[in-house]
Amino acid sequence: MKNLLLISYLDIRESLRSKWFYVYAFVFGGLMGLFFISGITDSVVMGFTGLSRLLLVFMQVTIIILPIFILVTTVKSISGDRESNILEYMLSFPISLKEYYWGKFTGRFVTVFFPVFVALLIGVIWGLFKGGGSIPWGMVILYSLLILSLCLSFLGIAFFISTLVKSHDVGLGLSFAVWILLLAFIDVALIGLMMQNRVSDGAIIAIAMLNPLEAFRIGAIALFDPELTVIGPVAYYLLDTLGHGFLMLYAVLYPILIGGLFAFFGYALFRKKDLL
Amino acid sequence: MDRNRIVVEAEGVRKRFMGATVLDDVNLRISLGDRVAMMGPNGAGKTTLVRCMLGFYHIDGGSIRVAGHDPVTERVEVLRHVGFIPQLPPPVKLTLGELLNFVERSSGTPAEAIAQKAREMELDIIKHRQKPFFKLSGGMKQKLLIAIALARKSRLLVFDEPTASLDPRAREHFYELLQGIDYEHAAIYITHRAEELAGLVNREITMDLGKVVLDERV
Repeated sequence: MKNLLLISYLDIRESLRSKWFYVYAFVFGGLMGLFFISGITDSVVMGFTGLSRLLLVFMQVTIIILPIFILVTTVKSISGDRESNILEYMLSFPISLKEYYWGKFTGRFVTVFFPVFVALLIGVIWGLFKGGGSIPWGMVILYSLLILSLCLSFLGIAFFISTLVKSHDVGLGLSFAVWILLLAFIDVALIGLMMQNRVSDGAIIAIAMLNPLEAFRIGAIALFDPELTVIGPVAYYLLDTLGHGFLMLYAVLYPILIGGLFAFFGYALFRKKDLL
Repeated sequence: MDRNRIVVEAEGVRKRFMGATVLDDVNLRISLGDRVAMMGPNGAGKTTLVRCMLGFYHIDGGSIRVAGHDPVTERVEVLRHVGFIPQLPPPVKLTLGELLNFVERSSGTPAEAIAQKAREMELDIIKHRQKPFFKLSGGMKQKLLIAIALARKSRLLVFDEPTASLDPRAREHFYELLQGIDYEHAAIYITHRAEELAGLVNREITMDLGKVVLDERV
């Protein structure tokens, strides 16, 4: 445990000095700034105003940017260290593989989660300042949980890829493939299937909901649009089958489960395969 | 032979990479007091054998014990007894202060002991404490890694071409430091410059095509 915290602390210190971290923090901080400047908190679109509108846009942008940032910056965590011989040196000290792997994982989680979380808090404070009224704490907490869940999900996938591949370049390629698959390709393929009427609608929706990005998206929308009107008729099926409460629980817990499973498989590979 | 003095014991070790045999039935015993020059052409299996001893590779056959432990399943126990200097300094992004903190907390080696060894090699760690390790010159990096390994008071020291990035003066200092090592320990020097180790080693092992082809006392 002592060494796990040490590895985690050193990974955070290292990340705080890395250029990727500043780009990452700047992108999310900059996005918030852009929302303020463009007056999103003052606009009214589809009935959503102020804070809700700000949070909605923030979550939509997060869906696209957060996964690819996490994948690209994290995938080099093990594979990059392996390629540059850092892993060989650091693991020549009496540290267990468990402490090293999970220390890296927790350190990286802190560095990817907090910039987004802080940007969200800044948005909330700004929205409050501009729009008055009270902070929708329930929404803020649930949004934070959804972001945490998405971070863990892609962090787990990224660590799995990182231990699976020997080369950083292959890891990057695989990351882009996973990102585009989860972000768009699955949906496009499922829409195609639905149009051909070959597979039952229930099965198609079930497959779509196995995508952690989709779970996050539905959860984020359900927070301020409990009837899920923006996603059309699928909303009836989802709400009738799962109910609003279970849907929210699923949106938060399922991506965490996926991330946890991939992180664990990554750890198993890390232990079973040659380290270098 | 007193079994308590054996530090490395390899029996019938085999290792293959993508179908190619890299270590082929390697048998080896290294005891306390052995100072081994491990030589052989590139691709002979020297680094692979050392990596197996450090638990980086899973062997395909045979067995390896280091300080009485299995390097893969009991890696922490093994690495408590081993000091390692890689061929090229890795581009670690930690500052010197953080690296020393890591070494101190993971292996229990006091930072002051490392600083002392570094001073003997004309490297002032305190002055560079806030500097990231990878921004030091090649020679400074290697000196620090050598200082860390020597300060660890390990039962087995493994040097993988340790002077590859040192200038002649630093190389001289390094060999002077080696003279001061407590030779109740064991040391393995992977090297292509056997003549530089004359007087430091008491055993030469030559490998070729994954086999130990010569093992003699000098």
